[in-house]
Amino acid sequence: MSTQNNALAVPRRSFDTRRFIDDWAMMLAALAIFVLCTLFIDNFLSPLNMRGLGLAISTTGIVACTMLFCLASGHFDLSVGSVIACAGVVAAVVMREFNSVALGVTAALAMGLCVGLINGLVIAKLKINALITTLATMQIVRGLGYIFSNGKAVGVMEEKFFIFGNGQMFGVPVPILITLVCILFFGWLLNYTTFGRNTLAIGGNEEAALLAGVHVDRTKIIIFAMQGVIGALAGVVLASRMTSGQPMIGQGFELTVISACVLGGVSLAGGIGMIRHVIAGVLILAVIENAMNLKNIDTFYQYVIRGTILLLAVVIDRFKQR
Amino acid sequence: MEALQQSVQGESLAFQGIVKTFPGVKALSDINFTARPGSVHALMGENGAGKSTLLKILGGYYQPSSGHLRIGDRDMVFKNTADSIRNGVAVIHQELQLVPEMTVAENLFLGHLPARYGIVNRGRLRQQALQLLKGLAEEIDPNTRVGRLSLGQRQLVEIAKSLSRGAHVIAFDEPTSSLSARETERLMAIIARLRDEGKVILYVSHRMEEVFHICDAVTIFKDGRHVRTFEHMSETTPDQLITCMVGRSLDDIYDYRPREKGEACLNVSDLMGHGLQKPVSFEVCQGEILGLFGLVGAGRTELLRLLSGLERHSAGVLRLKGDELTLRNPRDAIAAGILLCPEDRKKEGIVPLGSVAENINISARPRHASWGCLLQGRWEKENAEKQIRALNVKTPTPYQKIKNLSGGNQQKAILGRWLSMPMKVLLLDEPTRGIDIGAKSEIYQIIHSLAAKGIAVIVVSSDLMEVMGIADRIMVMSEGAVTGELARAEATEERLLELALPRTRA
Repeated sequence: MSTQNNALAVPRRSFDTRRFIDDWAMMLAALAIFVLCTLFIDNFLSPLNMRGLGLAISTTGIVACTMLFCLASGHFDLSVGSVIACAGVVAAVVMREFNSVALGVTAALAMGLCVGLINGLVIAKLKINALITTLATMQIVRGLGYIFSNGKAVGVMEEKFFIFGNGQMFGVPVPILITLVCILFFGWLLNYTTFGRNTLAIGGNEEAALLAGVHVDRTKIIIFAMQGVIGALAGVVLASRMTSGQPMIGQGFELTVISACVLGGVSLAGGIGMIRHVIAGVLILAVIENAMNLKNIDTFYQYVIRGTILLLAVVIDRFKQR
Repeated sequence: MEALQQSVQGESLAFQGIVKTFPGVKALSDINFTARPGSVHALMGENGAGKSTLLKILGGYYQPSSGHLRIGDRDMVFKNTADSIRNGVAVIHQELQLVPEMTVAENLFLGHLPARYGIVNRGRLRQQALQLLKGLAEEIDPNTRVGRLSLGQRQLVEIAKSLSRGAHVIAFDEPTSSLSARETERLMAIIARLRDEGKVILYVSHRMEEVFHICDAVTIFKDGRHVRTFEHMSETTPDQLITCMVGRSLDDIYDYRPREKGEACLNVSDLMGHGLQKPVSFEVCQGEILGLFGLVGAGRTELLRLLSGLERHSAGVLRLKGDELTLRNPRDAIAAGILLCPEDRKKEGIVPLGSVAENINISARPRHASWGCLLQGRWEKENAEKQIRALNVKTPTPYQKIKNLSGGNQQKAILGRWLSMPMKVLLLDEPTRGIDIGAKSEIYQIIHSLAAKGIAVIVVSSDLMEVMGIADRIMVMSEGAVTGELARAEATEERLLELALPRTRA
């Protein structure tokens, strides 16, 4: 049998341009935008602005890591914006009552976990559309946030709590460190574990994954549970930065996060997603927003520009799937 | 529209030098033949011989790489399906192109509903629909939803729809494969009437009986080539047609070698569940290949879904080597060593965006990952390369996206997925559908070598030649029940079909 020869008979290309573009285009675009901004915008590279940019990236960056898993599995989670607000409120209220930072943070994360588990169970076990499920929990959790806080911001007195948002380690703000850790961890999780590969297989073809013996339901539940916990973590960081739990923040935040992921190259249809897509998407959105602020562009115009960029990104995504 | 219909009246349809290549595959090479008006022209050949590709070119789904169609004295190449319809061509596919949620009338006029200012005139719609159904299927009320019609009735609606668009050339792709005997009879009468009206009718079928009954001429395809056209059915015999279709003796392709049968492996008794009408009992031994023949909708796929844990059985007992099995989901079946290669590779088999390696490793991976979750890069690479080599999967690298491979190579990759696992029973649902002949015989070899290793194999197929060629024993299903079982030596085309055809309930 000449099987071995046959397998090698097809020419092996050492460099696949199309694949390279698919994988790295948005990363290069992010880099290009960054370079353009340093060249043409005064004060862009200043330490103060870089710090602001880093902090702006941090919240979106943290949540985008788990949104990547939701999208890669062919779903999405609209409840994160509410989870962020509610987590901040829960942390603040628990700290006010019990004077314990550990208890406050744990309570917030536990709340996120519960919301995530409910999302996951309903979507995986009851087979209900993620759009409807998370649209419902988005409103429920937003409401709970208002109920816990009586509709007003809840101030935090515990000094130690401010480490999450305003502390520094090795000269780097803690939120940025948390973002980096999340990116590294979730990037590793997606590429080097069965869980990560199964996530992509489910997004690519759920029926085939099921027949291949993948724990489809369990994987989905874990994905949404992760999203809940990480959303709550982002909420804790945000509350710490603002020194209070505010029930009204984070409205529309879920859409920003999904925009960032899709902009970077994660497929809305599922099956395609890499951590570098997330990095690129988050960077592009944040840098452009930062640049627009430095240039004093009116907020109204900013909406138009952001929407246009997103529309462009989805159109590109559509062409890539051909 | 009216004028066009007039102009094509009485014109013949000719295929002139049609060639169609897909990346890496030549699906059709140099097809030349003419179908006369007022005649029924049969197209025959094995699965994958090129009949469907030709119909897709006729219907405007594909464009020929070279060559063209000729209707009357006009040469044409259809750029899209609308183009084909405009020129009086209708292709009635096996999977009908109707919207089940809409009514018969709406389906008939889909795209050009009688309306004024965008408001549909319901009364006129009903009137026109009744007009169209007249003489075809008068018992169908135009206001019924298509989803509630039988398959035979839907087919008639489809025919009515094509006639409403002024079709002169009507091509049927295996129209009787899922019809009852009575529905078949009625369809034959309608086809005869259309023929007498001077239309050109192409008729794809595997059934000798039908072809000799209704057709006037026949063209045989094999491996994408046009083998021969018999202008009159009286010039030929069924035996001659089979020799033309197969081109070599069956034994060469299927490479059947008798094997030692081992002890009982999978024992099924009184199994009931979704899609089955009567309890099913049978046994497969180690090293045995059991063929499962039946027409579309006979319940074969449903039976495999029960055996693979995709659907839960409602009654009956499954035993694997004597031990009773509980299958709650596909994972249970896989853990027990019962592995399924599904019928619809694209929908249920592959993860199209994943690489070949990813598709091969997906199932066996947890057994080789540390703590069941951390991937072992070395195993991943070695296993993918090993299966690709062993099964001769033609791919430039293991990291190529699997959707870019041909159907045969995708199927081999799925077999590679299961060969990475401990296997006791292999379930194959239409394993060679849409696969070229070369890859087909490779897959038959793989099936034989697995059986020789003592694995029990169940092959579901609606291809008579295939079941007769590879199976040691053939079980036949019809309308959700097992209707008979034949040993390899007893199996003939006639006996199998007799068992497979639904009993007339009239």
